[in-house]
Amino acid sequence: MASVAIRDVRKAFGATPVIHGVDVGIGDGEFVVLVGPSGCGKSTLLRMIAGLENITSGEIRIGDRIVNDLPPKERDVAMVFQNYALYPHMTVAANMAFSMKLRGAARSDIDTRVKRAADILGLGPYLDRYPRQLSGGQRQRVAMGRAIVRDPQVFLFDEPLSNLDAKLRVQMRSEIKELHQRLKTTTVYVTHDQIEAMTMADKIVVMHDGRVEQIGAPLELYDKPRNLFVAGFIGSPAMNFLPGKLRRNGALTFEGANGIRLPLDAVPLGSDGRAAVYGVRPEHFTLADDGAEAEIQLVEPTGAEIQVLAKLGGADIIAVFRERHLFKPGDKIRLRPDPKLAHLFDAGTGERLNI
Amino acid sequence: MADVTLNGTPTTPRARSAWQRLKVNRNWLGLWFMLPAMAFLVLFLAYPLGLGVWISFTDARIGRGGAFVGLENYEWLWDDSVFWLSVFNTLLYTTVASAIKFAVGLYLALLLNENLPFKAILRAVVLIPFIVPTVLSAIAFWWLFDSQFSILSWSLRKLGLISTNIDFLGDVWNARWSVIFANIWRGVPFVAVTLLAGLQTVSPSLYEAATIDGANRWQIFRYITYPLLTPIIAVVMTFSVLFTFTDFQLIWVLTRGGPVNATQLMATLSYQRAILGGHLGEGAAISTAMIPFLLAAILISWFGLQRRKWQHGENND
Repeated sequence: MASVAIRDVRKAFGATPVIHGVDVGIGDGEFVVLVGPSGCGKSTLLRMIAGLENITSGEIRIGDRIVNDLPPKERDVAMVFQNYALYPHMTVAANMAFSMKLRGAARSDIDTRVKRAADILGLGPYLDRYPRQLSGGQRQRVAMGRAIVRDPQVFLFDEPLSNLDAKLRVQMRSEIKELHQRLKTTTVYVTHDQIEAMTMADKIVVMHDGRVEQIGAPLELYDKPRNLFVAGFIGSPAMNFLPGKLRRNGALTFEGANGIRLPLDAVPLGSDGRAAVYGVRPEHFTLADDGAEAEIQLVEPTGAEIQVLAKLGGADIIAVFRERHLFKPGDKIRLRPDPKLAHLFDAGTGERLNI
Repeated sequence: MADVTLNGTPTTPRARSAWQRLKVNRNWLGLWFMLPAMAFLVLFLAYPLGLGVWISFTDARIGRGGAFVGLENYEWLWDDSVFWLSVFNTLLYTTVASAIKFAVGLYLALLLNENLPFKAILRAVVLIPFIVPTVLSAIAFWWLFDSQFSILSWSLRKLGLISTNIDFLGDVWNARWSVIFANIWRGVPFVAVTLLAGLQTVSPSLYEAATIDGANRWQIFRYITYPLLTPIIAVVMTFSVLFTFTDFQLIWVLTRGGPVNATQLMATLSYQRAILGGHLGEGAAISTAMIPFLLAAILISWFGLQRRKWQHGENND
């Protein structure tokens, strides 16, 4: 096990820069998730840690060693690929043993380790099968087994669950997390799915266009997104954004389109009339007589809650209620965002304004 | 029963004519659809093959049908040193040429699978020997191997490496190596391009996984690329061996089997005896004698080709 440090790492494919100076510190034994939309550079960053891509400038450390110029096999990392990359002509046991066989490990040593990994993952009955004869979830486990057998310094996961169906994905998600709690190996995990990131990570790195937008614990990112991108990316359904202005005459309020007024808690930054974006999560609306008027467009009951798509000050918003309100499309309701949980962002830079 | 529902009206089987039955019955329909292909195969493959084998048991000559003579042609061949020489030549030609075609073809395929500059052009260039009609390339080789005007001899002489021209096609072993070389030149593209196609079906992530597992380039080839390529190698080498074993054009243009039968293959000898010599029965016997060799090659690849265990099993992709 080891820590991983990424310092001012840049990467360009030819003349096209794809990673613009990324700094991430990963503690020993930490589970870090790199998350972001497609093309944000998260997979490239992971492959640079693995040594499958070289870096244009900057520094990557694993433990005490700078690994910039080390080939993958000397970095002591194991990787689980999106398509599992199991060797189709080898049995499950041979797949898991391959790396040790290459290192010339003793037969008995290999057998012990393969058996241990198979026990951890419940692969015992399948050791003599070929990848083709396994289900998606079993293949996923073999890919992890291949990584476990090596007992590496760092586990790297590249979107490992995206080829599984929804139910299996949830199951494997908790299995991977349990595995990490058990083995405590430093893990870097790439996904585009923010729910995976939220549920699994000790620390999330949100990436966008080759830059790090924010690094923090899952709830930290949820409660205090640093900018509009993170605010919109983390959380499902996504945060509602209402453009408007800050009003400081008298009580501090936010004035949205069509003159709607939304409550605000203390915001130290910004003078009267400053253009801003008001962000409120769907679950932070309450029905209140002094709320802003909204017209219901669509009602989606999911059982546990009711999702309401409504027009508020000309913008489409989503509100979620745990109570079973009997709304109909066309109903007028009064919505009040919780001022303590409201977010305010600069309209120009997208940076967070409230603390 | 299905027919009844298809027709919509319940008819008793007896009420339908035999013709109708032939039109709608699934089994008969299958036969109708198969018939054109079957006719083609019987007419152009099975019949000539059977006829050839039959003629080999007769004393037919050009211009006169033969009488059945049993194994006489074969007994005759058994004591014919030229026939045995042609068997030796054919085996040498096939073995050496196929082995080198495989090695060079695999090397080229691996090379072309890398990220080379002008990759598309290089791949097209490799195909050229395959596209040029055999007779044309054979004539080109004839000039290259000419005893007086050979550019090879000329270049080596200018470089001071030899003092007299090499007699490529006039010396027994020179002639053998020369025709083998020409065959290799012509056959390599087929092997290379087919293996390249096979290489491109190997997922790059397998190479990456192996790299992370600690494999060097040789180990990646030995443990990943080669095993995954074996099915396609079996197919391409079977074809290559069959083509080489039955080669005729190249030899006929370059040497006509000479000098003193040093490059006489079974195919050329058969042609010489049957068509030029007029002894159809004997020529047919030589051709028929090729069948066991070809069958052996096919059987070897059949067993080699049988789907390996790792290719079996349900596909859950």
